[in-house]
Amino acid sequence: MSNRTKTALHWPDTIHAQFRRVGIRQVGYVPDAGHSRLIELCVKDPNIHDVVLTTEEEGVGLVAGATLGGQRAALLMQSSGVGNCINMFSLLKNCGFPCLVLVTMRGEFAEFNPWQVPMGSITESSLKLCGFLTYRVEEPNDVDDMVGGGCDMAFSGDLQVAILLSQRLIGRKQWNK
Amino acid sequence: MLDRREFVQELLVGRKDLLVVSGLGSPTYDVAACGDHPLNFYLWGAMGGAAMIGLGLALAQPARRVLVLTGDGEALMGLGSLATIGIKQPGNLVIIVLDNQHYGETGMQPSHTRAGVDLVAVARACRFTDGLYVSEIGAAGRVRDLVHNGGGPILVQARIANDEAPRVLPIRDGRAIKLRFTEALSSTMG
Repeated sequence: MSNRTKTALHWPDTIHAQFRRVGIRQVGYVPDAGHSRLIELCVKDPNIHDVVLTTEEEGVGLVAGATLGGQRAALLMQSSGVGNCINMFSLLKNCGFPCLVLVTMRGEFAEFNPWQVPMGSITESSLKLCGFLTYRVEEPNDVDDMVGGGCDMAFSGDLQVAILLSQRLIGRKQWNK
Repeated sequence: MLDRREFVQELLVGRKDLLVVSGLGSPTYDVAACGDHPLNFYLWGAMGGAAMIGLGLALAQPARRVLVLTGDGEALMGLGSLATIGIKQPGNLVIIVLDNQHYGETGMQPSHTRAGVDLVAVARACRFTDGLYVSEIGAAGRVRDLVHNGGGPILVQARIANDEAPRVLPIRDGRAIKLRFTEALSSTMG
């Protein structure tokens, strides 16, 4: 196995290690193929309350409540989920709740399903309009640095930070199964 | 039917360490009318988010009781969160829906509860450990006991009269509300 492939397989573990480093205690998510490994790691982690949501919007409230209670929280979602959160994001901005969102991108590289494209193509600009700092990760080797940096900015500055994990990083969705 | 101010007053009397999240509109004014308190997190927006804020808080503070006081319209907008809370089973979270069957803030248009949607049945179906419908002030003592000493998650649908009470407006600066809440919480932790 080449080094690149090895790192590519382990980027969710890298993110989980960053969660542990900065002491993230609550993780909200809607089940997602791109995030499946990271979700598994969070569910198994006794230090993390994993909260499976019916819609990503619920996660925004979760982050606010966690912060009020003295815990750090992160959200995992697909790019389509960003659209489900728009009004609720105002809670984070109004109150200065730190928030780290990890977004697996759809509707870009090698997307088979055109229905993913409209939201995927406006995900980053929507996040910016909502007051998020956004960082895009294309290479597995950049995950550690970008997610670590994003955590530090969010939690040391009460900022809203989104890390966009590109579709090329995650890999093509297999449609032939 | 309940008078909303009298009912909320009864619930919050002697509140001690109770953490309170109030849904936007009248529930926020009702909570403020009982006297401002740093452990109140007043919402002025984020409609549909009150119950989930309660969940995040309840998970972070398992030794404290958490009360979400909200309206029927706000609760309806976040109906899915009842399923999320139900499977997480926070034993310290109580949601009280002040149900006037109308959207008070926008001109008293009827809500889904007016047409018979039963939030207690929804909560039970979502695996809440207890659900209760109350409409008389005589039940306030029992509800207060659930808030302070019950398990959770519990949902109470409280049928209030649809009179509009005088507005009591608490602070609106979200950062200030957050900061005084977190400061008050850390100063009361052992």
